[in-house]
Amino acid sequence: MSAAGTSERLTIAQAVRDAMRDEMSRDEHVIVLGEDVGVDGGVFRATDGLIEAFGPERVIDTPLAESAIIGMSVGMAATGMRPVAEIQFMGFVYPAINQLLGHAARMRNRTRGRLSVPMVVRMPYGGGIHPPEHHSESYETLFLNSPGFKVVVPSNPYDAKGLLAAAIRDEDPVLFMEPKRIYRAFREEVPTEPYTVPIGEAKVVHEGDQVTLISWGAMVRVCHDAADMLAREDISAEVLDLRTLNPLDRDAIVASVTKTGRAVVVHEAPRTNGFGGEIAALIGEHCLLHLEAPVQRVAGWDVIFPLAKNEHLYLPTRDRIAAAVKQTLEF
Amino acid sequence: MPRTQVYSAVTERLEILDPEGVLDEALAPTLEPDEIRELYADMVRMRAYDSKALKLQRQGRMGTWPPIRGQEAVQAGVSRAMIADDWLIPAFREHGIMLLRGVPAHLIYAYWAGDERGSCYPEDVRVFPVAVPVGSQWQHGTGVGMSLKLRGEPAAAVAFGGDGSTSEGDFHEALNGAGVFQTPTVFVIQNNQWAISIPLHRQTASETLAQKAHAYGIPGIQVDGNDVFAVIAAAREALERARSGGGPTLIEAVTYRLGDHTTADDASRYREASEVEEWEGRDPILRLRRYMESQGLWDDEQQASLDAEVAAWVDRQVTNLEEMPPQDPRDIFTHMYAELPPHLSEQMEEATGEVSS
Repeated sequence: MSAAGTSERLTIAQAVRDAMRDEMSRDEHVIVLGEDVGVDGGVFRATDGLIEAFGPERVIDTPLAESAIIGMSVGMAATGMRPVAEIQFMGFVYPAINQLLGHAARMRNRTRGRLSVPMVVRMPYGGGIHPPEHHSESYETLFLNSPGFKVVVPSNPYDAKGLLAAAIRDEDPVLFMEPKRIYRAFREEVPTEPYTVPIGEAKVVHEGDQVTLISWGAMVRVCHDAADMLAREDISAEVLDLRTLNPLDRDAIVASVTKTGRAVVVHEAPRTNGFGGEIAALIGEHCLLHLEAPVQRVAGWDVIFPLAKNEHLYLPTRDRIAAAVKQTLEF
Repeated sequence: MPRTQVYSAVTERLEILDPEGVLDEALAPTLEPDEIRELYADMVRMRAYDSKALKLQRQGRMGTWPPIRGQEAVQAGVSRAMIADDWLIPAFREHGIMLLRGVPAHLIYAYWAGDERGSCYPEDVRVFPVAVPVGSQWQHGTGVGMSLKLRGEPAAAVAFGGDGSTSEGDFHEALNGAGVFQTPTVFVIQNNQWAISIPLHRQTASETLAQKAHAYGIPGIQVDGNDVFAVIAAAREALERARSGGGPTLIEAVTYRLGDHTTADDASRYREASEVEEWEGRDPILRLRRYMESQGLWDDEQQASLDAEVAAWVDRQVTNLEEMPPQDPRDIFTHMYAELPPHLSEQMEEATGEVSS
């Protein structure tokens, strides 16, 4: 155990690993499983060192079968284990959808509480790393219209460690989307001691009073950049990091938009029927009389995620966000 | 360089009690006369329970029901080989073994009558809820086996499924994983020949389903699924192996779905009456009765007494079903998560007109 009050400068990938290490030390029922998570330490090294610390019985390299990773986890979680499953890239989650939607999300409800599935599914998601096809998708919307999950997306190392610890301790299935684009983009001071960040609480990460930028995951950094750029033009933008998409911290959204009167939602998933639409609807329901302009959405286009050479055409950018902000100001 | 044989395998079939009720003493599992009578009573009870559900459905007192008629020996036999600590992971045509593993009978009725409380089994009942997405439960069998193994519990997971489910990818993934991890899992295929309207030869070009075990590096055996003694013998061997660290087994129990797929199906659209008649002649219950009578273990008087007891028991289950208090309308919300999140609390209030506590 480390001395109280110490901290280290960690990347998101390291913070994720530390959360798993801490929780595995805390609770012998926590196990990690997935493709290449053991000997290799994960293709993003997010499970680096765990097999050395906890052995191959608790850090399990599975056959290459996503439905089996999730299906086995359902069986284990319902009988007393706490599996932390990794789907290597969110773009490969489709074979596991039947197990996720058909079983993991439903078990507690359909047995009226007799069985539950306290498992975490870690999924690196999103674009920006110039990978091959199927490695860049953001499928959160699929799971946000599937009741029974919690959906958590950290944007920085501190939250990554605390939210993953909270997810592992949670009694329900948590989908933990890791922004692979910023896995190693920057380091932050992260307490060495175990801690949790509560699921279901958004956070204002940049204060402002003219417009609220609402985002999550890797796009929070881009919103920061946009806010800094806008500040040079004397436009004051607040950045709200949702951190949890289900359950959504509606109060935080309403509080910020009530203050600023304008909102721009930013996400990587395609715009139409994306989560931005739901957030815009909530703002309409709860903030209408405070709104100075329609809610804007800056999102991925309604297209298949492009291969590496055209990735820049797809992903929301600082400039697109700034343009949307100006539209709300000029409305 | 030569071309050599790198693998060959033999798949066995086990039959102990023939359709005329003649027993192969050399292969018969050890069973006391009382146990044999209990087995028979178990099967008679299942059939009466199943038949009652079909009647209730026709009277509008039951939802869609998948009958188990004809498959009683598989379920009674496997249950007989299980111990209290073993887990059962059923598909959806396993009412018989679910009853024997301790699921209260009226709850199974309640589930199929459309009430989720029917899947809220008592704490000490180690049975998963019915799995409707075909084949998905095989994976849970591997996972539960893994869980038992990791915790060092000397128990096994018994997963059930039908012949149709062996075409699903989850079947492959589950058996593959069980082989790799040597989980204490027994996979029992109730090969009842039909997956709704599709016969076995349209599910697979394999001669048997049991032989698929070879590809996963695990033992596999085919048994006459209408022969309760063969089922017990195979299940005991598999379960003892599983509990003692010997890994998983695939059992193909060849049986026949004498009824429709469900009460919403009409099997006469796709299969010949002559085929059904042929399988009626191999009825697992009649077969055991013939044997018991030949051994002086059973007579008409005992049958009459059993029939009366079972009929009264079934009636009590219907009473228990129909006397269940109404569901609390809030139940559809309150079990979504361990703690009700704010948006569901609001929706519950909107749906029920009540403020949540």
